This record gives sequence, structure tokens and C-alpha cells, in this order.
Amino acid sequence: MTDAGTLREDRPLDALEHPSAPDLLAKFDPLIAERQALLDTGVRDPFAIVMEKVLSPTEAIIGGKHTILLGTYNYMGMTFDPDVVAAGKRALDEFGAGTTGSRVLNGTYQGHRECEDALKDFYGMDHAIVFSTGYQANLGMISTLAGKGDYIILDADSHASIYDGCWLGNAEIVRFRHNSVEDLDKRLGRLPKEAGKLVVLEGVYSMLGDIAPLKEMVAVAKKHGAMILCDEAHGMGFFGAHGRGVFEEAGVEDDVDFVVGTFSKSVGTVGGFCVSNHPKFEVLRLVCRPYVFTASLPPSVVATAATSIRKLMHAGDKRERLWANSRRLHQGLRDLGFTLGTKSAESAIIAVILSDQTQAVGMWQALLELGLYVNMARPPATPAGTYLLRCSLCAEHRDEQVGQIIDMFAQAGRAVGCIA
Amino acid sequence: MTNRDDTFAKVTALIEPFNKKGIALTDAVRFAQDLEWDSLTVMDFVAAVEDEFDIIITMNMQAEIETIGQLVDAVEKLKA
Ligand SMILES: Cc1ncc(COP(=O)(O)O)c(C=O)c1O
Repeated sequence: MTDAGTLREDRPLDALEHPSAPDLLAKFDPLIAERQALLDTGVRDPFAIVMEKVLSPTEAIIGGKHTILLGTYNYMGMTFDPDVVAAGKRALDEFGAGTTGSRVLNGTYQGHRECEDALKDFYGMDHAIVFSTGYQANLGMISTLAGKGDYIILDADSHASIYDGCWLGNAEIVRFRHNSVEDLDKRLGRLPKEAGKLVVLEGVYSMLGDIAPLKEMVAVAKKHGAMILCDEAHGMGFFGAHGRGVFEEAGVEDDVDFVVGTFSKSVGTVGGFCVSNHPKFEVLRLVCRPYVFTASLPPSVVATAATSIRKLMHAGDKRERLWANSRRLHQGLRDLGFTLGTKSAESAIIAVILSDQTQAVGMWQALLELGLYVNMARPPATPAGTYLLRCSLCAEHRDEQVGQIIDMFAQAGRAVGCIA
Repeated sequence: MTNRDDTFAKVTALIEPFNKKGIALTDAVRFAQDLEWDSLTVMDFVAAVEDEFDIIITMNMQAEIETIGQLVDAVEKLKA
């Protein structure tokens, strides 16, 4: 509030001296009020969950209660893999808790090199750069590749890190309608022929779990002379013959110039990367600000990532289980009468679409009370203003757990009234 | 009718389907405050304007456009 009349005696002195000093947080008052109104109805805060104990990739203790995890993006269940954990412990002992430095100064250890080598082998590409997070990988790659006078052409439903990468740079930003090949083609056709162009795509769109028609989109982008960056955050590990992502499955490996990914999903730790065959790729280490001006990942993290990535090269069994679990859950929820983000299971994300915030929070809380954690997603993160419960499966979900999950959805859905 | 009048007429015709409050459309009407459009409506509308005039209104330009008048002027410039 800026009204001087509301000043109370216990206000700090300088507020009294500058009664009109605007409170920079006042702009969030509507959100604070909306949240409070929601919490006043007696529901748990969906954005303030604490995992008191984590028992396995699929189970945790939340609020003292044994809970099945169905919203972690821990697709391949690598977080507790014994080899991965052992590699991390060894690196912690041998190299210490952190690097205290940038990749380009004192922050590149043997482990960072080995992690980049693992990525090069996994993707069969010439170059790999490891960033501290996937968010920073997108920030860095997009803002550095597309400079002043260049154009970035992105899908309207792109992840926040892609949008933020656009805003961090100086390029012109053009959006096309989600997954519309025709819209992309039209927009590229209207841009100046001689201008540099970067088309940014995602293999899997994480809100609805739908995949991009990469074959067609890549062909259109190439026709117009654009370079292509593809974010495979939710595709790594279980799409394509080598598990490289949707771009591999779509057969466009030779035409995608840059692949961005993260260690925070299938790899099971934290970190981000970009791989490429571009002969000048290494120069990015010198000019990419989100690579240069931040500390590198701790030795234990890159050691766990490298071990996990190498194991994912031979994870055919896990892949099959993940797909089987995803298809079964999709079918089960559809049979119960829920509205889902895709007609069939296109990825390991199954999005349950609900009508409004009350229903979404009610459903989310009912599931939690039954012992199931899913992600709640709301605008502006979601497309078309929808409220979603996002489920992401894990290769380590056991058959009986998937059965329990479907039963809990049936019970919660009937209690809340979103299914008959 | 001048070119600008023609553009104004076409732009306002594209606004009408999203003009839920039935506001009288003039140059001074603001998209966010007066029409109360959210970012999704803006996205759909911009795509419709781009297709109507076969132009690109970059997100950088969109950030500068607040009123119908500013949009009509921008479209005039982009068509030229
Ligand atoms: C599509 C996409 N790109 C990038 C990221 C960022 O990854 P990270 O968690 O490593 O920052 C995410 C996930 O958060 C994502 O969904």
C-alpha cells in the first residue's frame, strides 16, 4: 500500500521519511491475494511440498506419509543407481565438495572433461559443452547464437528457459503456433532472406507431453536456410535407437545443428549441456555468458552425470519399462474418463486436464492424501490457460504401483467430481 | 478511404471477435488495460494480424505496442 494514511507507528523510520516510496513488491498483491484465498479454503499449498525422506526414485515420505512419486521427471530412475551414487561419493572424496570457479578459470576438473566425453559418445557428436543447469544451457546457447539483426523463431509453447534465452540476447523474436509446420513455414518465408535465423524446437513439450513433428519442421527450417536448436530435456534416454531423443527417432540427426539437454531428468542429477558437430562450436566457451560467469558443477555431480549417461547407452530394459508404464497409465486414466493432453501416450508425461483451479487443487490434494504426488501446473506456465495435473512416469515404477496409481485417480476423481 | 483508414478497419475487424466487453474501438484503446487481453489472446490476435497483412510483428515490436493506433501505424510501416 502506498497510502500514507495507513502508516503505522511501528514502521521503520525511513518509511516514515519517504512515505511515498513505492513498494516494489506491491505489483504482486493480486497473486498474494489469489494464493491466500486458495489456502483459506483449507488446501495444502501445491507449491510448497517438502520431501522429508526419499526412499527410492518412486517413493518418498511427505508430511509423514509414504507417497508414490509421479511428478519428478526421474524417467530412468537413475537417482539411486548404485554405480552412479558410488561415482559421486568417490569424486566427493577425491575432488572435494565444489570447484569454486568458472569453467573457463579454475572450474574445469577431470570430471567435467569426462562428462563431456560421455555426452559426445552418447550423442555420437564432435562437441559437448556442460553448463550448470539446462536453464542456463538454453540461456547461453540461444542468446549467444542469435545476435543483433538475427531472428529467433520459436514455438509459442516453448519452455521458460527458451523464452528467457531470447530476452537475454539482442535478436528479433518471432513466434509460431504450437507444433504448426504451416505457421512456421509462413513466418520463415516472411523474414529477410539474408538474415541469420535460429529455429528453436523441443522434442517433447513438457506441459501436455506431446511431441513435435520434427521431421516436417526441420525440413521447413532447412528450406528457409535456418539453423536449428532442439531441446531434448524430456526426450533423452528413451526416444530413438540410442535413446538420444525425439530428433533421433524422427531421423533428423544430421540436420539439427544444436541439441540442448539437461541432467535433471533422465540422467538423475543436475546440470545442462549442448552437443553439436559444428566445427566452430568450441568458441562458445569464450563468448557464452551463462557458461563463463557462473561456477561450474561440483565434481560429485559431473561424476554421477557421466556414469549415468554411460549407463543410459545400454538401458534398453528401462526404456521398455518406461514406455509400458506410460502406455498403461494413459490407457487407465482414459478408461476412467479423464481428459488427457494427448490421444495416446506420446511421451512419459501424461497430463490430466481439469476445468479450473478449484478442481485442480482439489484433485491434487485428494491424490496427495491418498499417497500420490503429481505436479500441479497452472497458467501462465500452461498452454491455453489450462489447469493441469502432470504425471511423469519412471522406469522403476513397479506394475503394482501403476495399478495403485490408477486406483487412486479413480477414488480422487470421484470424490472431487471430475469423473463419474 | 486512406490506406491508414483501410488498415484501421481491417485491424478492428480482427479485434471484434475478442472484444468481449463491446468497447468502442478507437486509436487510443489499449489492449491490456481497456480490452483486458491476456497473453494468450494477444498471441492469437497477433498471428491473425500477421496473416491478414502477410507481415511479421516480432515480439520485440509487440513489447512497444500498447494501443490500437500504435498497432495500425506499425502495420502501415511493415506493409510498406
Ligand atoms: C524443455 C526444458 N528445457 C530446459 C529445462 C531446464 O532444465 P534444468 O532443470 O536443468 O534447468 C527444462 C526443465 O526444467 C525443460 O522442461
